[in-house]
Amino acid sequence: MDKDKIDVNYVAELARIELTNDEAERFSAQLDDILGYVRQLEGLDVSGIEAMAHATPVYDVMREDQSRSGEGTKTALANVQESTADQFRVTRVVES
Amino acid sequence: MSDSAAKLSIVELQRDYRSGKRTPSEAISDIIEAIKLNDGDVGAYLSFDPEMALDEASNADINLPLGGVPIAIKDLINVKGQPCTCASRFLDSSYTSTYDATVITRLRQAGAIPLGRTNMDEFAMGSSTENSGLRSASNPWDVDRVPGGSSGGSAICVSNDTAIAALGSDTGGSIRQPASFCGCVGLKPTYGRVSRYGLVAFASSLDQIGPMTKTSEDAALLLSVISGSDSRDSTALSDVVPDYSSHLTGDIKGLRIGLPKEYFNEGIDADVRACVDEAISHLEKLGAKIVDVSLPHTEYAIATYYIIATAEASANLARFDGVRYGNRAVEPNDILEHYRLSRAAGFGDEVKRRIILGTYVLSSGYNDAYYVRAQKVRTLIRKDFAAAFNQADVILSPTAPTPAFKSGEKSSDPLQMYLADIFTIAANLAGICGASTPCGNVQVENGRTMPVGLQVLGPHLSEGTVLRITDAFEKTTDWHRLRPPTR
Repeated sequence: MDKDKIDVNYVAELARIELTNDEAERFSAQLDDILGYVRQLEGLDVSGIEAMAHATPVYDVMREDQSRSGEGTKTALANVQESTADQFRVTRVVES
Repeated sequence: MSDSAAKLSIVELQRDYRSGKRTPSEAISDIIEAIKLNDGDVGAYLSFDPEMALDEASNADINLPLGGVPIAIKDLINVKGQPCTCASRFLDSSYTSTYDATVITRLRQAGAIPLGRTNMDEFAMGSSTENSGLRSASNPWDVDRVPGGSSGGSAICVSNDTAIAALGSDTGGSIRQPASFCGCVGLKPTYGRVSRYGLVAFASSLDQIGPMTKTSEDAALLLSVISGSDSRDSTALSDVVPDYSSHLTGDIKGLRIGLPKEYFNEGIDADVRACVDEAISHLEKLGAKIVDVSLPHTEYAIATYYIIATAEASANLARFDGVRYGNRAVEPNDILEHYRLSRAAGFGDEVKRRIILGTYVLSSGYNDAYYVRAQKVRTLIRKDFAAAFNQADVILSPTAPTPAFKSGEKSSDPLQMYLADIFTIAANLAGICGASTPCGNVQVENGRTMPVGLQVLGPHLSEGTVLRITDAFEKTTDWHRLRPPTR
């Protein structure tokens, strides 16, 4: 694989998005453009610089481990398209 | 309609309530009327529920901090019993919120009434609202131009008097840039100042909810209500929430305003530049001191942002799997096809592009070269601001390098769209706060004029200082009072 080109169909597969041929072609060109632009970061010396995930320090926030009532099954299922026996219905995962 | 409550600011509306001139029910009726009359051309709203709002208005307690004040809500903040489409086909009509976001809980406790869900770029990805999957939106000053984005609907409804005030969200400028394009006030709070619980996540380390209003006075009122720590968002800061209104003294004598030399370059439209230069002289006359500062890594901000934001988006939007809510593929063969088809049909182009880009920069073999490197550059950008804020209390610039651009002008070239975010994006990377307030109008063709926004950025938790400056500017100028021509 060419290091400087994005294999859009492969990445779309990783991202779980089906692309039409037209989309793959269009996105490929646009993403190559964008990647070409963001590669300017390669020119910057970042040795010794700490990577930053958040703008402010993030701490674990602790609380007492007490049981609390949740939203309940009915609320959890309020927006589901397909359910069965008060549970989310998932498309078959294992091969038949 | 000349006496419609829809034309008022929050402070003016409250004055009318307390003097007995109007009731909340009358005000809500006026706004519903204004929406019906004026929203057709501009598309600020995706939905509104007049009955629910009128019902709440009949019980409003006008003595509460926002008693009986209607607030329009960007359609990615959960309001129990209302849709929350994120302007996406994925969630359109099939989703009803089962809980209130923390900002909504706080608005309700303060007596406010959520009224109307505002248009946006799908999942807040965009700078023009052209990526709305549900309704096209236009700038009320010139319907051939974009309102900006992603909080385009919130900016439109505040500017064209179909709302009193609104909430938006800002991940890379999505409150400030549409405020600039439409001519209202928009404030992006410090990261963590406002809880994100119930905000549909785009890029969790950058997202922040904030007020979009007719005045900085109103922004201060709203911010005081929605800020504060939250047991449901561990990134919400526990710092005491001041009464921001008390910071609006009108006195900015001695405040140091920094002008970053990297921002004032040839990339700014000449007319926009003239408005901002005029605003700088004005602030100087009010007693502010102008100092030169430098943000040396400015040229890397957009590249850094589009790596980090898309990486976070690709993880956040994995939840849209078509199992628990939203668009679900019909009779797929297996679970992978279920995911692929549900997402393909539900997401628009820009959302797909960003998820793919984010997946790519996080994928094996590319993670260090893109994502980790961008996180390091983010540190450099944050340090730039820290150094600049040693020399200046705030940093000033245009909010956007141009007035609102024409619809379609950049929509086929995403990179050109991204490059227009140059002045707003770094604030999100650094987690600092910033506001945009109207500072002029420029001529465009056909005798039309378009508003220009002045951006004031401040260090972490300096919202009081930022609003003191924008408020002092508004108290001595009339730009924020201008309204788009009525049709």
